[in-house]
Amino acid sequence: MRRWRERILRWLHRRPEAGAWALLFPGALWLVAFFLVPILIMLAYSVMPRGIYGGVTRGFTLEHYARFFDPLYLEVLERTFVWSVACTLICLVLGYPVAYVIVRSGRWRNLLMFLVVLPFWTSFLVRTFAMIFLMRDTGLINNWLLKLGVVHEPLTILYTPFAVMAGLVYGFLPFMILPIYASLEKLDLSLLEAAEVLGARPRARFRRVTLPLSMPGVVAGCLLVFIPALGSFLTSDLLGGAKEMMIGNLVQNQFSSARNWPFGSAASFIVMALVLAAVMIYFRVRDKGQTESLR
Amino acid sequence: MSSRVPAWLIGVAVLVYLFLHIPILVLMIFSFNNSKFSVDWRGFTMQWYHRLLERPDILRGLRISLIVGGAATVISAVLGTMIALALARHRFRGRRLFEGFLYVPIVTPEIVVGISLLILFALIKFPLGVTTITIAHVAFCISFVVVVVLARLEGMDQTLEEAAMILGADEVTTFWKVTVPQLWPGILAGALLAFTMSFDDYVITSFVSGSGSSTLPIVVYSMVRRNVEPSINAISTIIIVVTAILIYLADRLVRNK
Repeated sequence: MRRWRERILRWLHRRPEAGAWALLFPGALWLVAFFLVPILIMLAYSVMPRGIYGGVTRGFTLEHYARFFDPLYLEVLERTFVWSVACTLICLVLGYPVAYVIVRSGRWRNLLMFLVVLPFWTSFLVRTFAMIFLMRDTGLINNWLLKLGVVHEPLTILYTPFAVMAGLVYGFLPFMILPIYASLEKLDLSLLEAAEVLGARPRARFRRVTLPLSMPGVVAGCLLVFIPALGSFLTSDLLGGAKEMMIGNLVQNQFSSARNWPFGSAASFIVMALVLAAVMIYFRVRDKGQTESLR
Repeated sequence: MSSRVPAWLIGVAVLVYLFLHIPILVLMIFSFNNSKFSVDWRGFTMQWYHRLLERPDILRGLRISLIVGGAATVISAVLGTMIALALARHRFRGRRLFEGFLYVPIVTPEIVVGISLLILFALIKFPLGVTTITIAHVAFCISFVVVVVLARLEGMDQTLEEAAMILGADEVTTFWKVTVPQLWPGILAGALLAFTMSFDDYVITSFVSGSGSSTLPIVVYSMVRRNVEPSINAISTIIIVVTAILIYLADRLVRNK
Protein backbone atom coordinates (compact mmCIF):
# COMPACT_ATOMS: atom_id res chain seq x y z
CA MET A 1 0.00 0.00 0.00
CA ARG A 2 2.65 2.45 1.13
CA ARG A 3 5.00 1.51 -1.73
CA TRP A 4 2.26 2.17 -4.29
CA ARG A 5 1.50 5.50 -2.78
CA GLU A 6 5.12 6.57 -3.07
CA ARG A 7 5.33 5.31 -6.62
CA ILE A 8 2.23 7.23 -7.69
CA LEU A 9 3.45 10.38 -5.99
CA ARG A 10 6.85 10.09 -7.66
CA TRP A 11 5.14 9.63 -11.02
CA LEU A 12 3.01 12.69 -10.39
CA HIS A 13 6.07 14.76 -9.52
CA ARG A 14 7.52 14.07 -12.94
CA ARG A 15 4.26 15.04 -14.66
CA PRO A 16 2.74 18.06 -12.91
CA GLU A 17 -0.05 18.33 -15.50
CA ALA A 18 -1.19 14.76 -14.87
CA GLY A 19 -2.38 15.68 -11.37
CA ALA A 20 -4.47 18.51 -12.75
CA TRP A 21 -6.04 16.31 -15.38
CA ALA A 22 -6.82 13.58 -12.84
CA LEU A 23 -8.66 16.14 -10.70
CA LEU A 24 -10.49 17.63 -13.65
CA PHE A 25 -11.38 14.48 -15.51
CA PRO A 26 -14.45 13.12 -13.66
CA GLY A 27 -16.23 16.47 -13.35
CA ALA A 28 -15.30 17.57 -16.86
CA LEU A 29 -16.48 14.24 -18.27
CA TRP A 30 -19.84 14.67 -16.48
CA LEU A 31 -20.29 18.18 -17.86
CA VAL A 32 -19.33 17.14 -21.37
CA ALA A 33 -21.51 14.02 -21.39
CA PHE A 34 -24.58 15.50 -19.67
CA PHE A 35 -24.43 19.15 -20.65
CA LEU A 36 -22.38 19.83 -23.78
CA VAL A 37 -23.18 16.68 -25.78
CA PRO A 38 -26.97 16.91 -25.14
CA ILE A 39 -26.99 20.51 -26.38
CA LEU A 40 -25.09 19.48 -29.51
CA ILE A 41 -27.57 16.64 -30.09
CA MET A 42 -30.40 19.14 -29.61
CA LEU A 43 -28.77 21.36 -32.23
CA ALA A 44 -28.57 18.39 -34.61
CA TYR A 45 -32.24 17.56 -33.98
CA SER A 46 -33.23 21.11 -34.87
CA VAL A 47 -31.96 20.71 -38.45
CA MET A 48 -33.34 17.21 -39.09
CA PRO A 49 -36.71 16.33 -40.68
CA ARG A 50 -39.48 15.30 -38.32
CA GLY A 51 -40.07 11.54 -37.97
CA ILE A 52 -43.34 9.70 -37.53
CA TYR A 53 -43.45 9.32 -33.74
CA GLY A 54 -42.23 12.76 -32.84
CA GLY A 55 -38.59 11.83 -33.35
CA VAL A 56 -36.40 12.65 -36.34
CA THR A 57 -35.31 11.01 -39.57
CA ARG A 58 -32.09 11.34 -41.52
CA GLY A 59 -31.52 14.42 -43.59
CA PHE A 60 -30.93 18.13 -43.28
CA THR A 61 -33.55 20.86 -43.25
CA LEU A 62 -34.00 24.40 -42.05
CA GLU A 63 -37.80 24.18 -42.10
CA HIS A 64 -38.09 24.27 -38.30
CA TYR A 65 -36.26 27.58 -38.15
CA ALA A 66 -38.24 28.87 -41.14
CA ARG A 67 -41.45 28.24 -39.20
CA PHE A 68 -40.55 31.10 -36.89
CA PHE A 69 -41.39 33.52 -39.69
CA ASP A 70 -44.99 32.40 -39.27
CA PRO A 71 -46.75 35.39 -37.61
CA LEU A 72 -48.00 33.10 -34.84
CA TYR A 73 -44.47 32.16 -33.74
CA LEU A 74 -42.98 35.52 -34.60
CA GLU A 75 -45.40 36.94 -32.07
CA VAL A 76 -44.18 34.51 -29.40
CA LEU A 77 -40.56 35.47 -30.10
CA GLU A 78 -41.39 39.16 -30.03
CA ARG A 79 -43.39 38.87 -26.80
CA THR A 80 -40.61 36.90 -25.11
CA PHE A 81 -38.03 39.49 -26.12
CA VAL A 82 -40.10 42.57 -25.23
CA TRP A 83 -41.19 41.15 -21.87
CA SER A 84 -37.64 40.12 -20.98
CA VAL A 85 -36.37 43.61 -21.76
CA ALA A 86 -39.23 45.22 -19.83
CA CYS A 87 -38.67 42.91 -16.86
CA THR A 88 -34.94 43.75 -16.88
CA LEU A 89 -35.62 47.51 -16.91
CA ILE A 90 -38.19 47.31 -14.11
CA CYS A 91 -35.80 45.20 -12.02
CA LEU A 92 -33.04 47.76 -12.62
CA VAL A 93 -35.21 50.70 -11.56
CA LEU A 94 -36.37 48.85 -8.41
CA GLY A 95 -33.12 47.03 -7.66
CA TYR A 96 -30.57 49.83 -7.88
CA PRO A 97 -32.04 51.89 -5.00
CA VAL A 98 -32.18 48.76 -2.85
CA ALA A 99 -28.51 47.89 -3.49
CA TYR A 100 -27.59 51.53 -2.80
CA VAL A 101 -29.48 51.57 0.50
CA ILE A 102 -28.00 48.21 1.64
CA VAL A 103 -24.43 49.41 1.08
CA ARG A 104 -25.11 52.43 3.30
CA SER A 105 -27.17 50.65 5.94
CA GLY A 106 -24.36 50.15 8.48
CA ARG A 107 -25.14 47.48 11.04
CA TRP A 108 -28.32 46.41 9.22
CA ARG A 109 -26.27 45.41 6.21
CA ASN A 110 -25.94 41.67 6.91
CA LEU A 111 -29.62 41.28 7.70
CA LEU A 112 -30.73 43.25 4.64
CA MET A 113 -28.39 41.21 2.45
CA PHE A 114 -29.74 37.97 3.87
CA LEU A 115 -33.27 39.15 3.08
CA VAL A 116 -32.24 39.49 -0.58
CA VAL A 117 -30.31 36.21 -0.70
CA LEU A 118 -33.20 34.26 0.82
CA PRO A 119 -35.72 34.80 -2.01
CA PHE A 120 -32.85 34.28 -4.47
CA TRP A 121 -32.60 30.68 -3.26
CA THR A 122 -36.24 30.01 -2.37
CA SER A 123 -38.04 27.58 -4.66
CA PHE A 124 -39.24 29.41 -7.76
CA LEU A 125 -42.32 27.21 -7.89
CA VAL A 126 -43.30 28.10 -4.32
CA ARG A 127 -42.76 31.81 -4.97
CA THR A 128 -44.89 31.63 -8.11
CA PHE A 129 -47.60 29.89 -6.11
CA ALA A 130 -47.43 32.74 -3.59
CA MET A 131 -48.30 35.11 -6.44
CA ILE A 132 -51.27 32.94 -7.42
CA PHE A 133 -52.46 32.92 -3.83
CA LEU A 134 -52.48 36.73 -3.80
CA MET A 135 -53.75 37.43 -7.30
CA ARG A 136 -56.45 34.87 -8.08
CA ASP A 137 -60.12 35.92 -8.15
CA THR A 138 -60.71 34.64 -4.62
CA GLY A 139 -57.21 35.65 -3.51
CA LEU A 140 -56.14 38.03 -0.81
CA ILE A 141 -55.88 41.16 -2.99
CA ASN A 142 -59.41 40.78 -4.35
CA ASN A 143 -60.70 39.85 -0.91
CA TRP A 144 -59.41 43.12 0.54
CA LEU A 145 -60.45 45.24 -2.41
CA LEU A 146 -64.00 43.86 -2.09
CA LYS A 147 -64.09 44.43 1.66
CA LEU A 148 -62.83 47.97 1.38
CA GLY A 149 -65.48 48.58 -1.27
CA VAL A 150 -62.94 49.61 -3.88
CA VAL A 151 -64.44 47.14 -6.32
CA HIS A 152 -67.78 45.33 -6.31
CA GLU A 153 -66.73 42.23 -8.17
CA PRO A 154 -63.32 40.58 -8.19
CA LEU A 155 -60.75 42.04 -10.56
CA THR A 156 -59.19 39.65 -13.04
CA ILE A 157 -55.52 39.89 -12.15
CA LEU A 158 -54.35 36.34 -12.65
CA TYR A 159 -53.92 35.06 -16.23
CA THR A 160 -53.17 38.51 -17.60
CA PRO A 161 -49.94 40.02 -18.99
CA PHE A 162 -49.78 42.10 -15.82
CA ALA A 163 -49.67 38.95 -13.68
CA VAL A 164 -46.84 37.48 -15.78
CA MET A 165 -44.81 40.69 -15.58
CA ALA A 166 -45.37 40.95 -11.82
CA GLY A 167 -44.29 37.31 -11.48
CA LEU A 168 -41.17 37.79 -13.60
CA VAL A 169 -40.07 40.89 -11.66
CA TYR A 170 -40.86 39.20 -8.34
CA GLY A 171 -38.89 36.15 -9.41
CA PHE A 172 -35.77 37.79 -10.79
CA LEU A 173 -35.37 41.00 -8.78
CA PRO A 174 -32.77 39.48 -6.37
CA PHE A 175 -30.60 38.64 -9.42
CA MET A 176 -30.38 42.38 -10.12
CA ILE A 177 -29.75 43.53 -6.55
CA LEU A 178 -26.86 41.16 -5.73
CA PRO A 179 -24.36 42.15 -8.48
CA ILE A 180 -25.13 45.88 -8.14
CA TYR A 181 -24.56 45.58 -4.40
CA ALA A 182 -21.25 43.81 -5.05
CA SER A 183 -19.98 46.62 -7.30
CA LEU A 184 -21.23 49.42 -5.01
CA GLU A 185 -19.56 47.75 -2.03
CA LYS A 186 -16.18 47.83 -3.78
CA LEU A 187 -16.55 51.52 -4.60
CA ASP A 188 -13.65 53.56 -3.28
CA LEU A 189 -15.26 56.07 -0.90
CA SER A 190 -12.33 58.46 -1.09
CA LEU A 191 -13.38 59.19 -4.68
CA LEU A 192 -16.74 60.42 -3.41
CA GLU A 193 -15.04 62.50 -0.73
CA ALA A 194 -12.75 64.00 -3.34
CA ALA A 195 -15.76 64.89 -5.48
CA GLU A 196 -17.42 66.47 -2.46
CA VAL A 197 -14.33 68.49 -1.56
CA LEU A 198 -14.10 69.65 -5.16
CA GLY A 199 -17.63 70.98 -4.83
CA ALA A 200 -19.74 68.37 -6.60
CA ARG A 201 -23.33 68.36 -5.35
CA PRO A 202 -24.91 65.01 -4.31
CA ARG A 203 -26.68 64.61 -7.65
CA ALA A 204 -23.47 65.20 -9.61
CA ARG A 205 -21.52 62.89 -7.28
CA PHE A 206 -23.96 60.13 -8.02
CA ARG A 207 -24.14 60.72 -11.75
CA ARG A 208 -20.40 61.22 -12.37
CA VAL A 209 -18.78 58.93 -9.76
CA THR A 210 -21.09 56.32 -8.23
CA LEU A 211 -23.10 55.42 -11.31
CA PRO A 212 -20.18 54.97 -13.75
CA LEU A 213 -18.22 52.91 -11.21
CA SER A 214 -21.20 50.64 -10.51
CA MET A 215 -21.76 49.98 -14.23
CA PRO A 216 -20.13 46.50 -14.11
CA GLY A 217 -22.70 45.48 -11.50
CA VAL A 218 -25.54 47.03 -13.50
CA VAL A 219 -24.51 45.18 -16.65
CA ALA A 220 -24.08 41.88 -14.78
CA GLY A 221 -27.43 42.33 -13.08
CA CYS A 222 -29.21 43.08 -16.35
CA LEU A 223 -27.69 39.93 -17.84
CA LEU A 224 -28.67 37.80 -14.84
CA VAL A 225 -32.28 38.99 -15.12
CA PHE A 226 -32.56 39.04 -18.90
CA ILE A 227 -31.30 35.47 -19.40
CA PRO A 228 -33.68 33.60 -17.07
CA ALA A 229 -36.51 35.87 -18.23
CA LEU A 230 -35.86 34.80 -21.83
CA GLY A 231 -35.96 31.14 -20.89
CA SER A 232 -38.71 31.47 -18.31
CA PHE A 233 -41.43 28.90 -18.42
CA LEU A 234 -43.06 28.48 -15.00
CA THR A 235 -44.15 32.12 -14.63
CA SER A 236 -46.04 32.37 -17.91
CA ASP A 237 -47.25 28.78 -17.49
CA LEU A 238 -48.87 29.36 -14.09
CA LEU A 239 -49.65 33.09 -14.08
CA GLY A 240 -50.39 33.73 -17.76
CA GLY A 241 -53.39 32.77 -19.81
CA ALA A 242 -53.33 30.92 -23.12
CA LYS A 243 -52.55 34.19 -24.88
CA GLU A 244 -49.42 34.94 -22.86
CA MET A 245 -47.23 32.17 -24.26
CA MET A 246 -43.50 32.73 -24.10
CA ILE A 247 -40.86 30.78 -25.99
CA GLY A 248 -40.23 28.53 -22.99
CA ASN A 249 -43.87 27.42 -23.10
CA LEU A 250 -43.59 26.84 -26.83
CA VAL A 251 -40.58 24.57 -26.27
CA GLN A 252 -42.37 22.68 -23.52
CA ASN A 253 -45.47 22.20 -25.71
CA GLN A 254 -43.45 20.70 -28.53
CA PHE A 255 -42.00 18.14 -26.16
CA SER A 256 -45.24 17.23 -24.42
CA SER A 257 -48.53 17.57 -26.32
CA ALA A 258 -47.40 18.60 -29.82
CA ARG A 259 -44.69 15.92 -30.02
CA ASN A 260 -42.64 17.86 -32.51
CA TRP A 261 -39.16 17.43 -31.09
CA PRO A 262 -37.17 18.99 -33.94
CA PHE A 263 -39.30 22.16 -33.88
CA GLY A 264 -38.98 22.28 -30.09
CA SER A 265 -35.22 21.86 -30.44
CA ALA A 266 -35.07 24.75 -32.90
CA ALA A 267 -37.04 26.97 -30.50
CA SER A 268 -34.79 25.93 -27.64
CA PHE A 269 -31.68 26.62 -29.69
CA ILE A 270 -32.96 30.12 -30.47
CA VAL A 271 -33.19 30.71 -26.70
CA MET A 272 -29.64 29.38 -26.28
CA ALA A 273 -28.33 31.57 -29.12
CA LEU A 274 -29.96 34.69 -27.60
CA VAL A 275 -28.39 33.82 -24.24
CA LEU A 276 -24.93 33.36 -25.74
CA ALA A 277 -25.32 36.66 -27.61
CA ALA A 278 -26.23 38.40 -24.34
CA VAL A 279 -23.17 36.88 -22.63
CA MET A 280 -20.90 38.02 -25.50
CA ILE A 281 -22.25 41.56 -25.21
CA TYR A 282 -21.60 41.38 -21.47
CA PHE A 283 -17.93 40.45 -21.96
CA ARG A 284 -17.56 43.14 -24.63
CA VAL A 285 -18.97 45.83 -22.32
CA ARG A 286 -16.98 44.60 -19.32
CA ASP A 287 -13.65 44.50 -21.15
CA LYS A 288 -14.29 47.91 -22.65
CA GLY A 289 -15.11 49.27 -19.19
CA GLN A 290 -11.89 47.82 -17.79
CA THR A 291 -9.64 49.35 -20.44
CA GLU A 292 -11.41 52.68 -20.01
CA SER A 293 -10.96 52.72 -16.25
CA LEU A 294 -7.25 52.00 -16.73
CA ARG A 295 -6.81 55.16 -18.74
CA MET B 1 -19.27 57.30 5.31
CA SER B 2 -21.73 60.13 5.38
CA SER B 3 -24.91 58.10 5.65
CA ARG B 4 -27.21 60.69 4.15
CA VAL B 5 -29.38 58.42 2.08
CA PRO B 6 -32.34 60.42 0.71
CA ALA B 7 -35.63 59.47 2.34
CA TRP B 8 -37.32 58.63 -0.94
CA LEU B 9 -34.61 56.05 -1.68
CA ILE B 10 -35.24 54.38 1.67
CA GLY B 11 -38.94 54.47 0.81
CA VAL B 12 -38.36 52.67 -2.48
CA ALA B 13 -36.16 50.08 -0.73
CA VAL B 14 -38.81 49.43 1.93
CA LEU B 15 -41.47 48.93 -0.75
CA VAL B 16 -39.23 46.51 -2.66
CA TYR B 17 -38.55 44.51 0.50
CA LEU B 18 -42.28 44.33 1.17
CA PHE B 19 -42.87 43.21 -2.42
CA LEU B 20 -40.19 40.50 -2.05
CA HIS B 21 -41.39 39.12 1.27
CA ILE B 22 -45.09 39.78 1.77
CA PRO B 23 -46.31 37.15 -0.72
CA ILE B 24 -44.27 34.46 1.04
CA LEU B 25 -45.29 35.62 4.52
CA VAL B 26 -48.97 35.65 3.55
CA LEU B 27 -48.61 32.19 2.07
CA MET B 28 -47.06 30.90 5.30
CA ILE B 29 -49.62 32.58 7.59
CA PHE B 30 -52.53 31.10 5.69
CA SER B 31 -51.12 27.59 5.99
CA PHE B 32 -52.44 27.82 9.58
CA ASN B 33 -55.86 29.19 8.62
CA ASN B 34 -58.85 27.11 9.67
CA SER B 35 -60.76 27.36 6.39
CA LYS B 36 -60.50 25.42 3.17
CA PHE B 37 -61.67 28.08 0.72
CA SER B 38 -61.69 31.44 2.43
CA VAL B 39 -58.83 33.88 2.71
CA ASP B 40 -60.48 35.36 5.80
CA TRP B 41 -58.77 34.40 9.02
CA ARG B 42 -60.87 31.70 10.75
CA GLY B 43 -58.55 30.74 13.54
CA PHE B 44 -55.37 28.73 13.99
CA THR B 45 -55.12 25.12 12.89
CA MET B 46 -52.45 22.55 12.15
CA GLN B 47 -54.83 20.37 10.15
CA TRP B 48 -53.25 21.14 6.74
CA TYR B 49 -49.95 19.85 8.04
CA HIS B 50 -51.63 16.71 9.37
CA ARG B 51 -53.30 16.25 5.98
CA LEU B 52 -49.87 16.16 4.32
CA LEU B 53 -48.97 13.06 6.30
CA GLU B 54 -52.03 11.30 4.87
CA ARG B 55 -50.98 11.90 1.29
CA PRO B 56 -48.84 9.08 -0.11
CA ASP B 57 -47.88 11.10 -3.23
CA ILE B 58 -46.36 13.88 -1.12
CA LEU B 59 -44.51 11.51 1.19
CA ARG B 60 -43.22 9.58 -1.80
CA GLY B 61 -42.20 12.80 -3.56
CA LEU B 62 -40.39 13.93 -0.44
CA ARG B 63 -38.54 10.61 -0.21
CA ILE B 64 -37.46 10.77 -3.86
CA SER B 65 -36.41 14.41 -3.50
CA LEU B 66 -34.27 13.52 -0.48
CA ILE B 67 -32.66 10.54 -2.26
CA VAL B 68 -31.95 12.56 -5.43
CA GLY B 69 -30.85 15.61 -3.44
CA GLY B 70 -28.51 13.55 -1.25
CA ALA B 71 -26.91 11.70 -4.15
CA ALA B 72 -26.63 14.80 -6.37
CA THR B 73 -25.13 16.80 -3.49
CA VAL B 74 -22.45 14.25 -2.64
CA ILE B 75 -21.46 13.65 -6.28
CA SER B 76 -21.41 17.33 -7.28
CA ALA B 77 -19.57 18.32 -4.07
CA VAL B 78 -16.81 15.78 -4.74
CA LEU B 79 -16.48 16.48 -8.46
CA GLY B 80 -16.81 20.25 -7.99
CA THR B 81 -14.17 20.33 -5.24
CA MET B 82 -11.77 18.34 -7.43
CA ILE B 83 -12.24 20.80 -10.31
CA ALA B 84 -11.76 23.77 -7.96
CA LEU B 85 -8.51 22.24 -6.63
CA ALA B 86 -7.23 21.72 -10.17
CA LEU B 87 -8.05 25.31 -11.12
CA ALA B 88 -6.58 26.86 -7.98
CA ARG B 89 -3.39 24.80 -7.69
CA HIS B 90 -2.40 23.80 -11.19
CA ARG B 91 -1.44 25.49 -14.40
CA PHE B 92 -2.45 23.54 -17.47
CA ARG B 93 -3.18 24.07 -21.13
CA GLY B 94 -6.75 25.14 -21.94
CA ARG B 95 -7.35 26.42 -18.41
CA ARG B 96 -9.03 29.67 -19.48
CA LEU B 97 -11.23 27.86 -21.95
CA PHE B 98 -12.30 25.32 -19.34
CA GLU B 99 -13.06 28.07 -16.82
CA GLY B 100 -15.27 29.77 -19.39
CA PHE B 101 -17.02 26.47 -20.13
CA LEU B 102 -17.74 26.02 -16.40
CA TYR B 103 -19.87 29.17 -16.34
CA VAL B 104 -22.04 28.17 -19.28
CA PRO B 105 -24.31 25.79 -17.26
CA ILE B 106 -24.95 28.62 -14.78
CA VAL B 107 -26.32 30.94 -17.47
CA THR B 108 -28.09 28.34 -19.59
CA PRO B 109 -31.89 28.50 -19.18
CA GLU B 110 -33.25 25.47 -17.35
CA ILE B 111 -35.64 24.63 -20.14
CA VAL B 112 -32.72 24.17 -22.57
CA VAL B 113 -30.88 21.89 -20.12
CA GLY B 114 -34.06 19.91 -19.50
CA ILE B 115 -35.05 19.19 -23.08
CA SER B 116 -31.50 18.52 -24.27
CA LEU B 117 -31.12 15.86 -21.55
CA LEU B 118 -34.53 14.43 -22.44
CA ILE B 119 -33.37 14.06 -26.06
CA LEU B 120 -30.12 12.41 -24.93
CA PHE B 121 -31.88 9.88 -22.68
CA ALA B 122 -34.46 9.13 -25.36
CA LEU B 123 -31.73 8.65 -27.96
CA ILE B 124 -29.72 6.14 -25.90
CA LYS B 125 -33.02 4.60 -24.66
CA PHE B 126 -32.13 5.16 -21.02
CA PRO B 127 -35.31 4.78 -18.91
CA LEU B 128 -36.33 7.99 -17.11
CA GLY B 129 -36.34 7.78 -13.33
CA VAL B 130 -34.36 8.56 -10.18
CA THR B 131 -31.04 7.93 -12.01
CA THR B 132 -31.73 10.39 -14.82
CA ILE B 133 -32.95 13.05 -12.37
CA THR B 134 -29.78 12.65 -10.32
CA ILE B 135 -27.57 12.85 -13.43
CA ALA B 136 -29.32 16.07 -14.49
CA HIS B 137 -29.08 17.65 -11.03
CA VAL B 138 -25.36 16.91 -10.76
CA ALA B 139 -24.86 18.49 -14.20
CA PHE B 140 -26.32 21.83 -13.07
CA CYS B 141 -24.91 21.76 -9.51
CA ILE B 142 -21.19 21.13 -10.29
CA SER B 143 -20.48 24.65 -11.56
CA PHE B 144 -22.01 26.27 -8.46
CA VAL B 145 -19.90 24.09 -6.16
CA VAL B 146 -16.76 25.00 -8.13
CA VAL B 147 -17.49 28.73 -7.78
CA VAL B 148 -18.03 28.51 -3.99
CA VAL B 149 -15.05 26.20 -3.27
CA LEU B 150 -12.75 28.19 -5.57
CA ALA B 151 -13.59 31.38 -3.66
CA ARG B 152 -12.57 29.67 -0.42
CA LEU B 153 -9.37 28.24 -1.95
CA GLU B 154 -8.30 31.62 -3.25
CA GLY B 155 -8.67 33.18 0.18
CA MET B 156 -6.78 30.34 1.87
CA ASP B 157 -3.31 30.55 3.35
CA GLN B 158 -0.99 28.18 1.49
CA THR B 159 1.90 28.53 3.96
CA LEU B 160 0.34 25.91 6.24
CA GLU B 161 0.55 23.36 3.46
CA GLU B 162 4.13 24.33 2.74
CA ALA B 163 4.96 24.00 6.44
CA ALA B 164 3.45 20.50 6.53
CA MET B 165 5.51 19.45 3.52
CA ILE B 166 8.71 20.88 5.01
CA LEU B 167 7.98 18.96 8.21
CA GLY B 168 7.97 15.77 6.16
CA ALA B 169 4.34 15.07 5.28
CA ASP B 170 3.81 13.85 1.72
CA GLU B 171 1.12 15.28 -0.60
CA VAL B 172 -1.58 12.83 0.44
CA THR B 173 -1.13 13.42 4.17
CA THR B 174 -0.88 17.17 3.66
CA PHE B 175 -4.07 17.13 1.61
CA TRP B 176 -6.16 15.23 4.17
CA LYS B 177 -4.65 16.74 7.32
CA VAL B 178 -4.14 20.36 6.23
CA THR B 179 -5.95 21.28 3.02
CA VAL B 180 -9.29 19.53 3.58
CA PRO B 181 -9.86 20.80 7.17
CA GLN B 182 -9.23 24.37 5.99
CA LEU B 183 -11.35 23.93 2.90
CA TRP B 184 -14.21 22.20 4.69
CA PRO B 185 -16.49 25.24 5.22
CA GLY B 186 -16.30 26.01 1.49
CA ILE B 187 -17.14 22.44 0.50
CA LEU B 188 -20.02 22.35 2.98
CA ALA B 189 -21.41 25.68 1.75
CA GLY B 190 -21.20 24.45 -1.84
CA ALA B 191 -22.93 21.22 -0.84
CA LEU B 192 -25.75 23.08 0.95
CA LEU B 193 -26.36 25.24 -2.11
CA ALA B 194 -26.29 22.18 -4.36
CA PHE B 195 -28.86 20.44 -2.15
CA THR B 196 -31.09 23.52 -2.15
CA MET B 197 -31.00 23.71 -5.93
CA SER B 198 -31.68 20.02 -6.35
CA PHE B 199 -34.48 20.05 -3.77
CA ASP B 200 -36.18 23.07 -5.40
CA ASP B 201 -35.77 22.24 -9.07
CA TYR B 202 -38.95 21.82 -11.05
CA VAL B 203 -38.26 22.71 -14.70
CA ILE B 204 -35.33 20.40 -15.48
CA THR B 205 -36.76 17.58 -13.35
CA SER B 206 -40.10 17.74 -15.15
CA PHE B 207 -38.38 16.67 -18.39
CA VAL B 208 -36.20 13.87 -17.04
CA SER B 209 -38.47 12.23 -14.45
CA GLY B 210 -40.42 9.12 -15.30
CA SER B 211 -43.97 8.33 -14.27
CA GLY B 212 -43.07 6.69 -10.94
CA SER B 213 -40.34 9.10 -9.94
CA SER B 214 -42.05 12.41 -9.17
CA THR B 215 -39.99 14.59 -6.86
CA LEU B 216 -41.67 16.90 -4.34
CA PRO B 217 -41.70 19.96 -6.68
CA ILE B 218 -43.35 17.84 -9.40
CA VAL B 219 -46.08 16.79 -6.95
CA VAL B 220 -46.52 20.38 -5.75
CA TYR B 221 -46.78 21.60 -9.35
CA SER B 222 -49.58 19.16 -10.15
CA MET B 223 -51.37 20.25 -6.94
CA VAL B 224 -51.08 23.92 -7.97
CA ARG B 225 -52.37 23.06 -11.43
CA ARG B 226 -55.43 21.22 -10.10
CA ASN B 227 -56.65 23.76 -7.57
CA VAL B 228 -55.47 26.01 -4.82
CA GLU B 229 -55.87 24.29 -1.47
CA PRO B 230 -54.36 25.05 1.96
CA SER B 231 -52.25 21.85 1.84
CA ILE B 232 -50.10 23.58 -0.80
CA ASN B 233 -49.55 26.44 1.65
CA ALA B 234 -48.46 23.91 4.26
CA ILE B 235 -46.00 22.03 2.04
CA SER B 236 -44.71 25.35 0.65
CA THR B 237 -44.11 26.60 4.18
CA ILE B 238 -42.08 23.48 4.97
CA ILE B 239 -40.01 23.91 1.78
CA ILE B 240 -39.40 27.61 2.56
CA VAL B 241 -38.33 26.92 6.14
CA VAL B 242 -35.97 24.10 5.10
CA THR B 243 -34.45 26.32 2.38
CA ALA B 244 -34.07 29.26 4.77
CA ILE B 245 -32.21 27.10 7.30
CA LEU B 246 -29.86 25.66 4.67
CA ILE B 247 -29.15 29.08 3.15
CA TYR B 248 -28.56 30.59 6.58
CA LEU B 249 -26.01 27.86 7.36
CA ALA B 250 -24.29 28.24 3.96
CA ASP B 251 -24.20 32.01 4.46
CA ARG B 252 -22.56 31.61 7.88
CA LEU B 253 -19.97 29.18 6.48
CA VAL B 254 -19.02 31.49 3.61
CA ARG B 255 -18.68 34.50 5.91
CA ASN B 256 -16.52 32.81 8.59
CA LYS B 257 -13.23 32.92 6.74
